[in-house]
Amino acid sequence: MSWFGKYIRSSVGAKHLMAISGLMLVGFVLAHMLGNLQIFKGQAAINAYAVQLKSLGGLLWIMRGGLVLAVLVHIFSAIRLSMLNSAARPVKYKKVKTDKSSFASRTMLWGGIIIVLFLVFHLAQLTLGGGPLQENFNLVDEFGRHDVYNMTVLGFKNVAVSASYIVAMLALCIHLSHGVTSLFQSLGLNHPKYNGMIAMAGPAIATLVLIGNCSMPIAVLAGWVKATV
Amino acid sequence: MNLTLYVWRQKDAKDSGGFEKYTDECKDISEHMSFLELLDVVNERLIEKGKMPIAFDSDCREGICGTCSMVINGRPHGPWKKTTACQLHMRAFKDGDVIYIEPWRAKSFPVLQDLMVDRKALDDIVQAGGYISTNCGSAPDANSVQIGKEIADAAMDAAACIGCGACVAACPNASAMLFTAAKISHMNTLPQGKPEAGKRTLDMVNAMDQAGFGNCSNHLECEAACPKDIKATVIAEMNRAYAKASLTKR
Ligand code: HEM
Ligand code: FES
Repeated sequence: MSWFGKYIRSSVGAKHLMAISGLMLVGFVLAHMLGNLQIFKGQAAINAYAVQLKSLGGLLWIMRGGLVLAVLVHIFSAIRLSMLNSAARPVKYKKVKTDKSSFASRTMLWGGIIIVLFLVFHLAQLTLGGGPLQENFNLVDEFGRHDVYNMTVLGFKNVAVSASYIVAMLALCIHLSHGVTSLFQSLGLNHPKYNGMIAMAGPAIATLVLIGNCSMPIAVLAGWVKATV
Repeated sequence: MNLTLYVWRQKDAKDSGGFEKYTDECKDISEHMSFLELLDVVNERLIEKGKMPIAFDSDCREGICGTCSMVINGRPHGPWKKTTACQLHMRAFKDGDVIYIEPWRAKSFPVLQDLMVDRKALDDIVQAGGYISTNCGSAPDANSVQIGKEIADAAMDAAACIGCGACVAACPNASAMLFTAAKISHMNTLPQGKPEAGKRTLDMVNAMDQAGFGNCSNHLECEAACPKDIKATVIAEMNRAYAKASLTKR
C-alpha cells in the first residue's frame, strides 16, 4: 500500500481526494434537495418519504458513513492544501492583479467554513433534535409518523432560521460554482468537445442548488406553504 | 514620458530587502523602449551617481529564453498578454505612471539579488524526467515514425514553454503545475516519449512536490500569465496521467 500513501500525499493525489470527496458531497446535496422539494407536494408526501428513508436501515447507515468519510476527507484535505499553499509563498507581493481567478475560486476555504458552521446548526436542529427549535422536533402526524413537514415549516417561519439558511446556501452556491467545474480539471476529465459544457457545469449546478434549496424557506415565509398544526 | 518606479532592492539572499523609489532616473523615457531598456537607462543613471544598479536577469531579449523574470504592477511580465518583459514596450505605459517591479515570489525561487531569483527548482523537475532514453547513433530515417498533425500540434503547443516561471509567479499558491504539465505533455504526447510516460509523470510530479511548490486550485492565473499561451488543459492531462501511473506502475 505504500504506493497509495505516496499517491494521496502528492500534490496531484491530494487534489483527487478533494475532487472525489467533493463529488460525493455534490451528489448528496442534489439528492437531498430533490427529496426535500417534496415539501411542495404536501405533508403526506414528505412524511412518507422520511419513513421510507429511515426504513432503508443498513443502507442508510452505509450512506451516512460514506458521507461522514467524504466530509472528513474533504475538510482534512482543504486544511492541508491551504497550509501547503500559503507556505509556498512566504513573502507576498505588494501588488497583485488577477486575470482568470474568480471570487469563488479565491474564497473556497471561507465558503467551506461557512458551510461547516451551517452544518453543525442544521444537524442539531433537524437530525438530532437539539438547539433552539426543540419543540418542533417531537411533532407527529395523524398516522403517528415523525412530522417532518411541520417541523420544517415551523422552523422556516422563524426569520432568523430562514435567513441563516439562505446565507449558507449562498455560500454553498459560490463554493460549487467553482468547485464543480474544478473537480473535472482535478480528475483530468477534459476534452475539447466537452470543455465548454464543463465550464458551465459549476455555475449551472450551483444556481440549481441555490434556487431549489432557497425556494423552501421563501415559500414558507411568503405563506405559500403553511403549517397544519 | 516621466515615470515613478518602485523597485524591489535586496543586496543578497540573506538581506531582508525593500522597495526603493526612483523618479529622477526615469525621466524622458521613450515609448519605443522595451521594458528592459527602461531598466538599462535607469541603471546607467544610477551608475553615474555612483549607486548600485538594479540586478535583473535577461538574455535573448526577443522573448524566447525565459530569463527576464519580474512582476510588473502585479502581473508577471507586465500588462501585455502573451508577452515577456523584454518584449513589453514602454508604450504600454503613459506619462506619470507609477510602476512597481518585484521579483518572482515563491519559496522555491529564493531571491539572489534585487529582481534575480534562483529557478534551479525548475531544472530539477526537468532533470527528473524531461528526456527520452534512446540509443545514440545515426539519425533514424525521416518519417519512419508517423505522427499525425493533431498530435504534433498538441506536442508543439506544450513544447512552446520557455521555462520562465511566470506560471509559478502568477499562481496564488505558487504552484509549478503549468510548467511541469507542459513538459510532461510535450513528451508524453509523442511516440518517442510514450514508453517512459508513466515513470516520467511520477518522477516529475514528485520532483515538483519535493521542491516545495504549492498545489493547483484551478484559479487559471498561470494560463493568463503564460507568455507562450500554454493552456491549463495540460494540467488536466497530467492529473489523469499521474493517477494512471500511480495505479498501474509497479
Ligand atoms: C465542510 C466544509 C467544506 C470546506 C472546508 C471546503 C473547502 C474546500 C476547499 C478549500 C476547496 C478547494 C481546494 C483546492 O482547490 O485546493 C474545496 C473544493 C471543493 N469543494 Fe469544498 N469545502 C467544504 C464543503 C463542501 C461541500 C458541502 C461540497 C459539496 C456539496 C463541496 C464541494 C467541493 C468541490 C466539488 C470542490 C472542488 C474540488 C476540486 O477542485 O477538485 N465542498 N472545498
Ligand atoms: S530576455 Fe529572453 S525571454 Fe526575455
